[in-house]
Amino acid sequence: MICEFQKDTKEMYVKFEGEIDHHTCQIMKNELDYEIHRNTPNKLVFDFKNVKFMDSSGIGLLIGRYKSLLRIGADAEIINANKEVKRILDMAGIFKIMLIKEEIA
Amino acid sequence: MIINEMKLEIKSKSNNEAFARVVVAAFASQLDPTIEQIADIKTAVSEAITNCIIHAYDMKEGNIELKCQLTEDSIYIDIIDYGKGIENIEMAKQTLYTSKPDADRSGMGFTIMESFMDKLTVESIVGMGTKIHMEKVIKEAK
Ligand SMILES: Nc1ncnc2c1ncn2[C@@H]1O[C@H](COP(=O)(O)OP(=O)(O)O)[C@@H](O)[C@H]1O
Ligand SMILES: [Mg+2]
Repeated sequence: MICEFQKDTKEMYVKFEGEIDHHTCQIMKNELDYEIHRNTPNKLVFDFKNVKFMDSSGIGLLIGRYKSLLRIGADAEIINANKEVKRILDMAGIFKIMLIKEEIA
Repeated sequence: MIINEMKLEIKSKSNNEAFARVVVAAFASQLDPTIEQIADIKTAVSEAITNCIIHAYDMKEGNIELKCQLTEDSIYIDIIDYGKGIENIEMAKQTLYTSKPDADRSGMGFTIMESFMDKLTVESIVGMGTKIHMEKVIKEAK
């Protein structure tokens, strides 16, 4: 996972890598919470381009982070989710709380 | 008729989630599934194994049994734990229900297993353990 913060726009960019399951979420969750707390972004972009697998633990990870973003008044956005990931996001109704953008290069 | 079978016992460690779903996917590949069917099976197995680790055994040590059978056209998967069991199966299966909302669980596990597989049955005895049985047709009858 790569976290980048743009100081001028206050946008945080998170690029997930590999597989998102309960095991990998435990590690990513701590890093994400630390970065959100440290940067207080006004927007967070989750990039799923390099995600090969995701189960419902990924939904828990997103909803959990959404709660802390709400507290600081930040928006969240999802980009580059593949068909499999998108099916799970849709099933959980993530589009109700985050903007899901179609393919971006 | 069962044409092939495998059985595996693993510790309830979270890094076995990836191991278990890859093993089942590799076993299922004998039936020549599509990429989408493989993704469905991996996700369902990941959900069931994760539940054993975080719910049945509460992140403590325990053993998980994984059994797979192949027929000419389908895969049958059993995932068995000897953990705390489920008191109310109907409630547990409801979408968004989770007994661990503060641990970042989404309550989507059973919903995913049910919709990605063709059949799901849950047997459980409180204090004894839980058996998840799933079936998926890989080749439609001609
Ligand atoms: N193997 C199991 N042993 C004990 N309880 C379980 C097991 N699997 C599921 N449960 C119970 O069923 C609930 C719903 O499971 P699930 O749909 O996967 O959601 P989640 O894992 O996000 O809580 C869990 O919160 C837990 O209380
Ligand atoms: Mg679960």
